[in-house]
Amino acid sequence: MPITTALTTTIERVSILDEHGNFDEKLGKGLIPDADLLKLYETMVTCRTMDEVAFKVQRSGRMGTYPQNMGQEANSLGAAYALNNDDWLVTCYRENCGLMWRGVPIDSFLLHWMGDERGNALPRAHHATPIAVPIGTQMLHATGLAWAAKYRGQKQIACTFFGDGATSEGDFHEACNFAANLDIPVIFFCQNNFWAISVPGRIQCSAPTVAQRGVAYGMPCLQVDGNDLFAVVYGMRKAIDHARTTGKPFFIEGVTYRLGDHTTADDARRYRDQAEVDAWKARDPIIRLRNYMTKKGIWSDAKDAALREAAEATCMATIERCEQIEHPVRGDVFNHTFAELPADLVIQRETGHTHSLGQDPSQLPNASNAR
Amino acid sequence: MANLTLVQAINLALIQEMEKDDRVILLGEDVGNNGGVFRVTEGLQKRFGAHRVVDTPLAESGIIGTSIGLAMAGLRPVPEIQFEGFLGPAYDQICSHAARMRTRTRGAFTVPMTIRVPVGGGIHAPELHSDSPETFYAHQPGLKVVMPSGPYDAKGLLISALRDPDPVIFFEPKRIYRAIREEVPEDEYTIPLGKARVVCEGTDLTVVSWGASVIQCMQAIEASGRSIELIDLRTIYPMDIETVEQSVSKTGRCVIVHEAPRTCGVGSEVATQIMEKCFLHLEAPVQRVTGFDTIMPYYKLELEYLPDAARIQRGIEDCLAY
Repeated sequence: MPITTALTTTIERVSILDEHGNFDEKLGKGLIPDADLLKLYETMVTCRTMDEVAFKVQRSGRMGTYPQNMGQEANSLGAAYALNNDDWLVTCYRENCGLMWRGVPIDSFLLHWMGDERGNALPRAHHATPIAVPIGTQMLHATGLAWAAKYRGQKQIACTFFGDGATSEGDFHEACNFAANLDIPVIFFCQNNFWAISVPGRIQCSAPTVAQRGVAYGMPCLQVDGNDLFAVVYGMRKAIDHARTTGKPFFIEGVTYRLGDHTTADDARRYRDQAEVDAWKARDPIIRLRNYMTKKGIWSDAKDAALREAAEATCMATIERCEQIEHPVRGDVFNHTFAELPADLVIQRETGHTHSLGQDPSQLPNASNAR
Repeated sequence: MANLTLVQAINLALIQEMEKDDRVILLGEDVGNNGGVFRVTEGLQKRFGAHRVVDTPLAESGIIGTSIGLAMAGLRPVPEIQFEGFLGPAYDQICSHAARMRTRTRGAFTVPMTIRVPVGGGIHAPELHSDSPETFYAHQPGLKVVMPSGPYDAKGLLISALRDPDPVIFFEPKRIYRAIREEVPEDEYTIPLGKARVVCEGTDLTVVSWGASVIQCMQAIEASGRSIELIDLRTIYPMDIETVEQSVSKTGRCVIVHEAPRTCGVGSEVATQIMEKCFLHLEAPVQRVTGFDTIMPYYKLELEYLPDAARIQRGIEDCLAY
């Protein structure tokens, strides 16, 4: 028998507004109304400003470790914009911009990184899960959340974000496999930013695209320019349409770049060239959008300066508010461990210590019940 | 009232809760069409449909991770991990997420799920099919850990676990899946989590145990001919130390029995709390009769490893003689 072809596949790449200002009218026309574009741009600038302010505040010792989102804003923002507000956003920690679009207040992000769990007490109405610190674990939660919606006959879907490094984790593959084989409408959105702390993308995935990882699970896959808000929105609409109509998953790779360090505890100069960073700075999603809007006549330098000034004032005021928030009380350590606190935890909470003497008077040598 | 095995009692509890509450769904490897490798979920897929009793891909972390999402969305998933030896791949999801979600989000998201896991040795199973890892999960804040010792308790405890608002690991001792039968009421009943059972009363010594070891303890107590009180913890966390304290304050002597290795086993916690709470009542050092601090052997030697009635009786006699 002759050898036949079992499978051929191609991965499409979408780019609408490139770094030189070229705009693909055919794909991009009417994709985002101008009024929305202004709001989206405003969110990106606010997010970037929060990064800059948080960085300074961290350096002055007023905040713990903080991971900047700089350069990657368009990915989560485009996704949140394209999704319905009751679709689940299941993120790691470089999706601040999309979460801001959902209405998560700046206080929440800053409180979280200032070591205060109240930052994670997001109202369920946001349909956003808390920041997932262990890499690559949250895609399974997204799969479960979308599965629950399917079980209840709701049209809700989930979109989960992760980096190129996370695609090395076993849970990533398990999530893709569950969603694909159990028909669960999840959009797997990989923000390929080329660096997992100091480890370059080729050590995580040596295939030409990350997107093709989805092929192995039978998912439609797409690569988009992740620094192009239009391309992200275009790709997401395609993914959402697929997920809602077929009830099955979709894989998107947003090609982007981490302009900052991994976190404030990292120094990326140790492992990557400045020339590479500079090349990506020229592809900054915010600059690209500003030039486009300016060229279109709906934006100006004066408006931009005013927006940045207002954003900085908002972020600084938020920092001050977060610094002045009432210190959490020790009892708070215990209060959310279980719905109903077991007796041993009640004792630890009430006495503030774990050694037994003094917790129960009957333990004293002169207690009446001693032998 | 029917005379049921532990397998049947759990099956009955699942049926009754699934009929009452459509948020309860089962998922795991072979739980659907095959009814589970121990047949605990026998007939449930046929009865409730493949959307409520789901055969998943073979991936333990995936089973627990998706269950966390299902629970965060308000369902009551009941994932099964086929053998306790395969909990390892799911450890991260259990301890990094399920146990912490309520705390992390200040109660905005919770994980009301019951992880069913066959546990322990004594059934001539291969490697990693006979271990007793309860201490790992009892040590993790945010989890409840349950291990029944018979069909009646299994039904009542499982119903409580399924209704609990927090994650519960429900260990099912496979050695007694079919070895004993008990009268189990058809009617619904619950046994509260965190409440021990005084199996038999006595005055000379207290034996504390849980799971399949309770049966061996009963044999040892009968053989000893002494007045011995036996406490079945039933729930490992939260632990009903009060019942233990009352008993040991009365008897002054205690032997703790479990299948798991001794070092940092749950017995260490029980012994410490007895020392803290009953110090002036103790007539002898608290004794632990446990699995050895070795790898659980293959089945030719498993009965040498597991605490049997003779070893327990020896522990009791040595403690009484002190």
